[in-house]
Amino acid sequence: MPEFPLRRIALCLGLIGALAGCSRAPEAGAPGRVVIDYWEKWVGFEADSMRAVVDDFNRSQDRIEVHFLSVSEVDTKLLLATSSGHPPDVAGIWSENIPDFAEKGALTPLDRGLARHGLDASHYIPLFWDLCRHRGITWGVPTTPACVALFYNKKLFRAAGLDPEHPPATFAEFEAMSRRLTLVDIERDGRRIRMGFDSLTPAEQAGRHYDIVQVGHLPQDAGMFPSGWGCWFGAQFYDGDRRILANDAGNIAAYHWLQATALTYGVENLNNFTAGFGVAQSAQTPFLGGAEAMVMQGPWMPNFIAKFAPGMEWGIAACPAMPGIGGGAPVTLAQTDVVVVPKGAPHPREALEFICYLQRQDVAEKLARSQQKFTALRQVSDGFVATHPNRAISLFIALARSPAARYIPRLAIWREYDAELVVARERVLGLHASPEEALAEVQSRVQWKLDRGLRRWDLVGPERMAEWRSDDPW
Amino acid sequence: MTPGDRKRLRIGLLFVAPWLVGFAFLTCYPVLSSIYYSFCDYDVLSRPVWVGLLNYQDLTSDGVFWQSVRNTLLFNLIALPLGLLTSLALALLLNQPVRMKGAFRAIYYLPSLVPAVAGSMVWLWILNGKLGLLNQALQAVGIHHPPQWLGDPAWTKPSLALVSLWGCGNTVVIYLAALQGVPRTLLEAAMIDGASAWRRLIHITLPAISPVIYFNLLIAIIGGLQVFTSAFVMMGSGGAGPERSTLFYAIYIYQNAFEYRHMGYASAMAWVLCLLILVLTTAASRVARPFVHYQGD
Repeated sequence: MPEFPLRRIALCLGLIGALAGCSRAPEAGAPGRVVIDYWEKWVGFEADSMRAVVDDFNRSQDRIEVHFLSVSEVDTKLLLATSSGHPPDVAGIWSENIPDFAEKGALTPLDRGLARHGLDASHYIPLFWDLCRHRGITWGVPTTPACVALFYNKKLFRAAGLDPEHPPATFAEFEAMSRRLTLVDIERDGRRIRMGFDSLTPAEQAGRHYDIVQVGHLPQDAGMFPSGWGCWFGAQFYDGDRRILANDAGNIAAYHWLQATALTYGVENLNNFTAGFGVAQSAQTPFLGGAEAMVMQGPWMPNFIAKFAPGMEWGIAACPAMPGIGGGAPVTLAQTDVVVVPKGAPHPREALEFICYLQRQDVAEKLARSQQKFTALRQVSDGFVATHPNRAISLFIALARSPAARYIPRLAIWREYDAELVVARERVLGLHASPEEALAEVQSRVQWKLDRGLRRWDLVGPERMAEWRSDDPW
Repeated sequence: MTPGDRKRLRIGLLFVAPWLVGFAFLTCYPVLSSIYYSFCDYDVLSRPVWVGLLNYQDLTSDGVFWQSVRNTLLFNLIALPLGLLTSLALALLLNQPVRMKGAFRAIYYLPSLVPAVAGSMVWLWILNGKLGLLNQALQAVGIHHPPQWLGDPAWTKPSLALVSLWGCGNTVVIYLAALQGVPRTLLEAAMIDGASAWRRLIHITLPAISPVIYFNLLIAIIGGLQVFTSAFVMMGSGGAGPERSTLFYAIYIYQNAFEYRHMGYASAMAWVLCLLILVLTTAASRVARPFVHYQGD
């Protein structure tokens, strides 16, 4: 009987184990170059535009080679990779991730490195620089910022007898136009007819026995910031220290406004209307499908209009705020895409060199232009606006620089806060709770979560701050 | 032990080594670690901070935790009897001596082969409030305002219970196997004595397959308390659904562990779930024992 090849099997298993990734395989790149991995959340044309910038960088010098990888759910994967000790060198995330990731120790403080490259707050629009900082430390730098404005469909305005060159200038006008742009199908004298909501009799309006086929505006369809309506009503959300302000007067007013929509049109009618729509950034959204006349969206929207509704005749304006909010300046809600150097990145110096390259005005403008966005830099080159493919770009730049521009609170628990606000919105829109009740619950739950986070911070904060201040891999 | 025995032992251990290593590092270690983490404030990235029983105390005052418990129990109250009865009824029908019996069995088993995510996506469209096949059919028969199955908090749990029937083929197969073991002699004797089909079912078939019903009940309780996939795929807000109406226990664990990265809190929740399953299966065993008849009893 032949001998059982025990040693050979063991050797084979050992080799398979080694090849399967028991150790990190060296990256392939041009000889003599340091290869750095860059994970970015973008897909499609946004990924292509950053890939072009990465190619420019790789051609511009001969010491560093950036490998660009488009990664879905980059925030979750970044944390897992960092916790396992194998993070990429650079990652593209969202500004709202920064407080959470920084406090969890997933990021490298950048201040000293940026200073060596001559970058500081003076280069940026203050709001976007602020979004990259947490607890007095800079954790990332902006790539493409964004803020929101009111897009409207001129054809629907015209059909409703409204002047398509005059979007709403006040909140009252916005409300009035929204009602006028709402169309319903209703039974009259045994016939089913389509008419404007404003043309219904008071009894028909109160009876709500109709099907909505078009709305002026759908508050729950608020682009990337469905919880942010409070900003247009003066809500603060957070005191910046230890107190959540979910149920301040501004947010309660915003939620009353939301509930008024449900009371006017009926919960069931609104549910029936929205049930057939699909995911965001597709032809199945109410605005792109031509069933909603006005929507709050960011500078990316012209791309999606061109792709999914190429024939749409659209206009844009700052979304009006409630009287007295913003002190006369236009109100908007802003955020920014950022690049960070994860904690434990194998090549922090080279990573820093790459992210500083992205801050060059010509590079930032190339990226912004190809994504139809603007840059976070204070300086704008002469031809940037005139030759920009997004004809609304000057409005977005003005909004981002407005003294009334706002951003979501820089809170490590923002994701949980946002989830609570979404539940409150659903309860209010479903008429299952008053705005006061729903927001009081948000206040109590999020304050409880914040207190838990602060309890931990009080335990580890001083040690963490000392560690961050001494961290200098540059 | 002879040298030959030792060699055979080494070879045997080598063959089971992948399983042993996998079990030790991928099951035992995480399970035991989670006991420790349940007493810590732990976010995966930074070192765990010992907080004693705080996570367990926090659970008692977390309203959403209790909502997830309520949602899970309510869902099981609908889905569990519905699933057990439907699969038993299907098994009894598929056990009848009819033509193309094999084809019918294959047809009813087929949905169990569809991956849960793909099946959920299909149901997402069937139950769509405006364009879904179900509501189109209901409107065609005169129900002008059918429910928003996945949009109305009152209907989300019954809808998911309905979807859970899609995968009942596995249970049907177990029942079918058990039905083959019902003593034919007893059934024939009852028939000769003039017992109706219903009485034969109640007094012979069901007692004969009671151990299998009991087994399926326990498996359904254990699986039902961990319900996750259909809600996670079909419902908005990360599976929580409108107004958190489908925030089941397992989804809340997932949210805390992987979305909010409160791994210590999620570990505490997982151990409470383990305890809950233990209590409910023990209770079910106590209640069901008098009705379960084993051969030779």
